[in-house]
Amino acid sequence: MAEVKQFSTFYLDKLLFGVEVGKVQEVIRYQDMTRVPLASAVVTGLINLRGQIVTALDLRRRLELSERAAERLPMNVVVRNGEEAVSLLVDEIGDVLEVEDETFEAPPETLQGVARELIRGAYKLKDRLLLVLDTEKTVNVGV
Amino acid sequence: MDDLVKEFLVESYENLDRMDRDFVELEKNPSTETLGSIFRAVHTIKGTCGFLGFNKLESVAHAGESLMSLLRDGALKVNQPITDALLAMVDAVREMLASIESTESEGERDDSALIARLGALQRVEAAPAASATSAAPDSQPADTDTDLANLSLEELDRLMEARARTPADPAGESRLGEILVQRGQTTMKQVDQALEEQDKGDPRRVGEILVQQGAAKPADVVEALQSQGEGRAVSDSTVRVDVGLLDKLMNLVGELVLSRNQIMQYAVSQEDATFAATSQHLNLVTGELQEGVMKTRMQPIGNVWNKFPRIVRDLAAACGKQIRVEMEGAETELDRTIIEAIKDPLTHVVRNSVDHGIENPETRTAAGKPAEGRLLLRAFHEGGQVNIEITDDGGGVNADKVREKAVQKGLINADQAARMSERELVNLIFLPGFSTAEKVSNISGRGVGMDVVKTNIEKIGGSVDVQSKVGQGTTLKVKIPLTLAIIPALMVTTGGDRYAIPQVSLLELVRLEGQQAKKGIEMVHGAPVYRLRGNLLPIVYLNGVLALNDRGQSSGGAAKNQAKHAGMSLDFESARYKHLLWKARLRAFLDGREALSEAQAVDHTQCDLGRWLYGTGLKEYEHVPAIHELERAHAELHSVIQQIVKLKHGGEKQAAEQAMAQVEPLSQRIIDLITEVEQKAIEAGVTNIVVLQADDRQFGLVVDGINDSKDIVVKPLGKHLKGITAFSGATILGDGKVALILDVIGISQSANVVSESREKTIATAAASSQEANGERESLLVCRFGADGRVGVPLSLVARLEQFQVSAVERSGEQEVVQYRNEIMPLVRLSRVLGENGAGAENKDILDVVVYREHGKSVGLVVEQIADIVEERITVKAERHGGHLLGTAVVQGKVTDILDVRSAIDSVNPDYLAQAEAA
Repeated sequence: MAEVKQFSTFYLDKLLFGVEVGKVQEVIRYQDMTRVPLASAVVTGLINLRGQIVTALDLRRRLELSERAAERLPMNVVVRNGEEAVSLLVDEIGDVLEVEDETFEAPPETLQGVARELIRGAYKLKDRLLLVLDTEKTVNVGV
Repeated sequence: MDDLVKEFLVESYENLDRMDRDFVELEKNPSTETLGSIFRAVHTIKGTCGFLGFNKLESVAHAGESLMSLLRDGALKVNQPITDALLAMVDAVREMLASIESTESEGERDDSALIARLGALQRVEAAPAASATSAAPDSQPADTDTDLANLSLEELDRLMEARARTPADPAGESRLGEILVQRGQTTMKQVDQALEEQDKGDPRRVGEILVQQGAAKPADVVEALQSQGEGRAVSDSTVRVDVGLLDKLMNLVGELVLSRNQIMQYAVSQEDATFAATSQHLNLVTGELQEGVMKTRMQPIGNVWNKFPRIVRDLAAACGKQIRVEMEGAETELDRTIIEAIKDPLTHVVRNSVDHGIENPETRTAAGKPAEGRLLLRAFHEGGQVNIEITDDGGGVNADKVREKAVQKGLINADQAARMSERELVNLIFLPGFSTAEKVSNISGRGVGMDVVKTNIEKIGGSVDVQSKVGQGTTLKVKIPLTLAIIPALMVTTGGDRYAIPQVSLLELVRLEGQQAKKGIEMVHGAPVYRLRGNLLPIVYLNGVLALNDRGQSSGGAAKNQAKHAGMSLDFESARYKHLLWKARLRAFLDGREALSEAQAVDHTQCDLGRWLYGTGLKEYEHVPAIHELERAHAELHSVIQQIVKLKHGGEKQAAEQAMAQVEPLSQRIIDLITEVEQKAIEAGVTNIVVLQADDRQFGLVVDGINDSKDIVVKPLGKHLKGITAFSGATILGDGKVALILDVIGISQSANVVSESREKTIATAAASSQEANGERESLLVCRFGADGRVGVPLSLVARLEQFQVSAVERSGEQEVVQYRNEIMPLVRLSRVLGENGAGAENKDILDVVVYREHGKSVGLVVEQIADIVEERITVKAERHGGHLLGTAVVQGKVTDILDVRSAIDSVNPDYLAQAEAA
């Protein structure tokens, strides 16, 4: 009996990542951000989400990937952790994918650094890997 | 949980709180009124819990009620064992209520001991019960209000007359009866009978009839009437509302304010008259709605304080101390959330005072203090904040002990400790892990209290400070902002972004233009300050605090950036200097004294000046013609220099020298142009200073621009940003963008404005700059008489001039001279000081010290100038009169210091005064 899970997916530096669909509040296009001086580099700024002020985290920086090209405007994946919403900035939005448990594998021992903490594992899709992010850990940077 | 039970709990908690207060009051001041209030509270609880089936609760309450009944009737006198037992009952009831709240049952408990205790107390001192038949109840406990002891029926009648609201209101009457029945002071049957009597035409009132029939006691009736009066006033005009609902309303109003702001912003650009009118109306209504809703959340701080008398009483008794609690300003209102947040901290402070602050009676009397200690609670509104002070007259906090303990615990090092002032030392008690209590009691002393107090208060945006005098007492001062949600704020711009500054911290705005902008901010001991009406105001650069560099990205090194932004974007001085340095180097190279490679002779775009020009300079100053010429000349210079280097390396010395000849005029021109651009930069420069108040200190915040002021809704920052001290929240502006709200206290702390040592530095600098004391002063020393010396302070002086005697003319009686398009009066020092300097009149040339104030000049003619010195002057022996400020030792000799203003006034009293008034 295969268990099926749904993931909201997105692209970062050509890699495909996913977070549990239940954690995602919404996905919206690029929003103007107000930068926050003195905050960690991962915090790109604050966005106005229908009257709510939401902190936006740059996922590339969070995962220590290369910087996004200046002309590329990121998309917002707003996740909800408890009562607080946080927006994750990603390159492009992917589809909502259904995956089967049996295709899941834990991350390899060779995975180093911050990625090891934040990536729970991968689902082997037909032609690529879906890397699963630990939403809570990802959002709790420096807190 | 059942709604009924919920309501029962809420009401009962209230009743218990009231009982606590009443009991403490009772011990000090027994009165029938208080007894009655307590009795009613117990009775109500007993009645309801019986109805709801809480039997254990009912039995305990019943035991209490019986005891209360005896007290109220005067059969028993109030004493400590009784009060203790009754308070124990209150506690037991509280416990059971808590149990009901969480488990819906009273829990497994056995209160038979308590019940027995209450019962035993009833039998002691059973005085003859007041007979219900006599008109005047006898043997009342000493009570001070409405002397119920000896009322005759006529007097009772008058009382009732006076107190009844609507005399002939039957509804009012039966309520009286109802009240009496409710309280078990009479029966329904009796009341019905009385009413029947009335219907039959009996003109008397219900209360009267009942008393006469012996169906109720006069005391009861009077009380019932009293509560009737009160009850109607209070209960009809208040409504119970669920707190969650109020919070929801508050949020909605907050959103409404945001929308209103957006509409108002949009309305400005609209021509439609109807829209304008409607949006204006919306504006007004929203404003009032906001005010109204905020009021609903306000509660008097007395609600928190009311628990304290009981707590203090119990604690004091446990410690063997006598303490009385005084309250001032209990009606001061605070937002509900604030009250919730400060409840525990305040309680802790109070317990601290009782446990450690106030000494026991022996120690106190030995020290000459009254045996009873005093705990004063004060609350008042001031400057947009609520101030709460808790003062005790105990032993105070010993600064030395604090220092020892702090160093011992490794919280600070010995160095720091030695440099701290007393006030700073005392405030060390807020450090985590601190406690100087010798004994750790279960009340306090575990060292976890005061830092938690401070954290909790700062969490809601408040501040806490402690002041103490050893042997006299301690005061804890708490300041909290009035409301959290919607505040008026000033919008400012820095580094391209907008920030909000809460208006409550704003004192004034200062705008410096042109020359003032450059010179206005002076450096005192390396710290920038501005002279605001004579006082030195520490200056903080916002872009420094936020560590924004030119490109507008955050980086480290706030202090570094601060200094950088103190000047213009190009350091002109440095540019000129570097240029001259290069010229000298080039010369040395040609002379063979120095080496210079071709690579070192960089392109005109690569040197510092070049980079600035092609970076921001040309853009910033494109309207200044000088900059374009500068660019051309600069480019040319570089190419010539490259040529020179090449030629020299190629061995063509003569050609190199020829080229060098071109350099000189070019270089001169470039220096001039740099100065010209600098001048323009100065003139265009504007500095905006926002004068803010943080705690007790003021400082000026330099920002790029000042926008408008508006009401903003404060939204909390997410967890990633909560720790940043510079910001206290965020808001959404009218155009939908997010703006950060500055935390004034946080900024002042990070810029180190609020430290006392720095304050002292500035204070001394201010003091010395205002008087000729302690700092190096320029002094003109004149001889007069045989060996007299007078010093004229030159700091007050504009210039030293010389005039031909023939240039001196007369205007009326006053000697004057024409000076810079003015007619300047002259004052002869020798005459002022009452001496005629020998030979002074024979000179052709007069030495004149020109003194300038309020746009007018006055010339002080001095004779026999001995010297001009620059020394540290300490004026001793302040002498008034004789136009002298005092005496000082200058160059080892005694010298009088002239009071210039006074000297001038003596000759021409109105001249300067007029100028001042102008």
